[in-house]
Amino acid sequence: MEQMVNVFVMGKKYEVPASLTIMKALEYAGYKLVRGCGCRNGFCGACATIYRIKGDRELHTCLACSTQVVDGMYITQLPFFPLIKEIYDINEVRPDETVMMKTYPEIYACIGCNACTNACTQGLNVMQYIAYAQRAEYEKCAEESFDCVMCGVCSSRCPAGISHPQVAMLARRLNGKYIAPKCEHLADRVEEIASGKCEEAIRANMALDDAAIREMYNTREIEK
Amino acid sequence: MYTEEMLESIKLVEAARAENAAMEPRRMTAEEKDTLLKTYHPDYRTDQFDTITVGPNKGEVAPKELVQLLQSDSIIKDNLPDLSSPDYETDVLIIGGGGAGASAAIEADNAGAKVMIVTKLRIGDANTMMAEGGIQAADKPNDSPAQHFLDAYGGGHFAADKELVYKLVTEAPDCIQWLNELGVEFDKDENGNMVTTHGGGTSRKRMHAAKDYSGAEIMRTLRDEVLNREIPVVDFTSAIELILDDKGHCAGAVLQNMETGEILIAKAKVVIIATGGAGRMHYQGFPTSNHYGATADGLVLAYRVGAPLLYQDTLQYHPTGAAFPEQIFGALVTEKVRSLGAKLVNVNGEVFMHPLETRDVAAASIIRECKRGNMVKTPEGQGVWLDTPMIELKNGEGTIEKRIPAMLRMFGKYGIDIRKQPIVVYPTLHYQNGGVKVGTDSQTCIENLFVSGEAAGGVHGRNRLMGNSLLDVIVFGRNAGKHAAAKAKDVVVGKLTLDHVAKFEKELTDAGITPETTSPILLPDYARKVNG
Repeated sequence: MEQMVNVFVMGKKYEVPASLTIMKALEYAGYKLVRGCGCRNGFCGACATIYRIKGDRELHTCLACSTQVVDGMYITQLPFFPLIKEIYDINEVRPDETVMMKTYPEIYACIGCNACTNACTQGLNVMQYIAYAQRAEYEKCAEESFDCVMCGVCSSRCPAGISHPQVAMLARRLNGKYIAPKCEHLADRVEEIASGKCEEAIRANMALDDAAIREMYNTREIEK
Repeated sequence: MYTEEMLESIKLVEAARAENAAMEPRRMTAEEKDTLLKTYHPDYRTDQFDTITVGPNKGEVAPKELVQLLQSDSIIKDNLPDLSSPDYETDVLIIGGGGAGASAAIEADNAGAKVMIVTKLRIGDANTMMAEGGIQAADKPNDSPAQHFLDAYGGGHFAADKELVYKLVTEAPDCIQWLNELGVEFDKDENGNMVTTHGGGTSRKRMHAAKDYSGAEIMRTLRDEVLNREIPVVDFTSAIELILDDKGHCAGAVLQNMETGEILIAKAKVVIIATGGAGRMHYQGFPTSNHYGATADGLVLAYRVGAPLLYQDTLQYHPTGAAFPEQIFGALVTEKVRSLGAKLVNVNGEVFMHPLETRDVAAASIIRECKRGNMVKTPEGQGVWLDTPMIELKNGEGTIEKRIPAMLRMFGKYGIDIRKQPIVVYPTLHYQNGGVKVGTDSQTCIENLFVSGEAAGGVHGRNRLMGNSLLDVIVFGRNAGKHAAAKAKDVVVGKLTLDHVAKFEKELTDAGITPETTSPILLPDYARKVNG
């Protein structure tokens, strides 16, 4: 007999197998999910969940798809949170001190409570990456926030009304486009292709008959 | 976390680790691969396939579950909606909000078309978001599009449409640059050189990555760009049938709100299907690495208006799905784990294959190893070891956290530190190699109906290489967007019709089929049947 636990879905009790993730427990309880379910594997941030274990004061946050149920778990989901996503033109903005001030000025109202970091379902140091954004250290902000799945739980806990995932998104795009070193071999190859230099070799491969291309493939040298 | 029996086996893996890490296993010959595939690859289990009896692919085979979908009733067959006053009118209607749909939207918008995306969940809820390992492009000095062509065409068993592969590989570097210019962060060294690795079946190290969040980094950037351009995204809304006009050209779609069930009509000059794959069909009972909405919707929609499929009988089983613990059963363990040096090891601690054979070969080889009795038994099933600690043995401490943080986190949540312990893997349903047949302009044989990304077939032949799917969605998403926008300029939509629904219905009846189900199914049904 499977070991069962009691979980409380928005306050209502269901008995579910102890081995399940929260997401699968909801389905075991009989829900067919439309909201709060996306990749089912920790990458999309659709299934942000807040829970508290009966008898425990602490409030926990997690992704329902990648967290196992615990007996006495009181669960509520946050399938959507109204983050502020400002519109900008990536070709017009620059990675300078003014861009955050113009786009997401509320980050300077951070009171340093660290509720965002405590709430992060990915275990990121959210307050730190906001601090980097305040100081226009976008490379550091990008690195610190890289694993963000934009579930929005951090913002739900923020007394300053910061939309942390969107701040980080802007920082990463600034870093990717403007700050990270340009790739010369990439630019060179794009140019070579555009000028037709790569054409002859590939057309020659395409013109081979079946036996010839099989031979070429099966005997090709593989880079160590 | 591991059982006693598994821990005993781990001792053997550890004892052999140094020697296993140092060795370079022999690659299989073409003949060995052929025999292996025919004997052990799920695509060759003929009892798992049915013959299609109606429509353009009549007489060909497909997985049983797909045949049933293709030969189901239309959701709206008994209640055709009124088409006379559409709820939406646009130039380019894009069905699907993943990597291909978003890329198409950006390019069509760039070209000045009026664009709209409908997506059944949220924009970005897609397999693109879950792609971990990377994206291929031949941009290093020792590499070339010709070499990339050879790898992709050969890896696909010489079955791909050569012109599609040509497009894929020659536009690859430009697509990397396009993404980089949008702000996608790629792993680079201090001089800006791309940090690249091998994938299974590549002859050059051309796998570009953003740690092991490659797809997520691309998808979230594309999504941000779609939003910056203020392209309308109608979310939680699925397309349940295409609309044609009286000339037989595609002219829109019947939509349904996923939450309220409300039916809505979208009229469009051209339509792009970018609905992705079918992992959630669980062909042959396999678990899947795919996102929740991967239910082959696009194939059903296109097939019902008469667009033929190509290679619908070939699926990709990713060799390394998580086989333990059960909470992540079937989840993707990126091929990058092997690119970085981890090898596949059996229960006795023996390396039984080269870790970077193509995916179909690797999957079949793992299945064979288990059938030989050399499997690692788990409480729920079986698998083989993927010896992750080898990565740091070869590349130094800290490599795993830096290069594959998502994997470290995924297993860490269940008490497994992949830096110290190996993990158990078994093939998981990952990708549909085939799809709707398209030309190099991404258009199907139905005028004004375009298909791109995983829903399209032909570019990967009968097996796709790692890193060619992220590339596919960008190259062909952009391609579809550009061509669709250009096409839309000259389109005058005729009278809208759903006559094809009844026509298809008649074909089913004539073939003696009485469907008991409707399609597309839109989402899998995992809810326990509480009333038995």
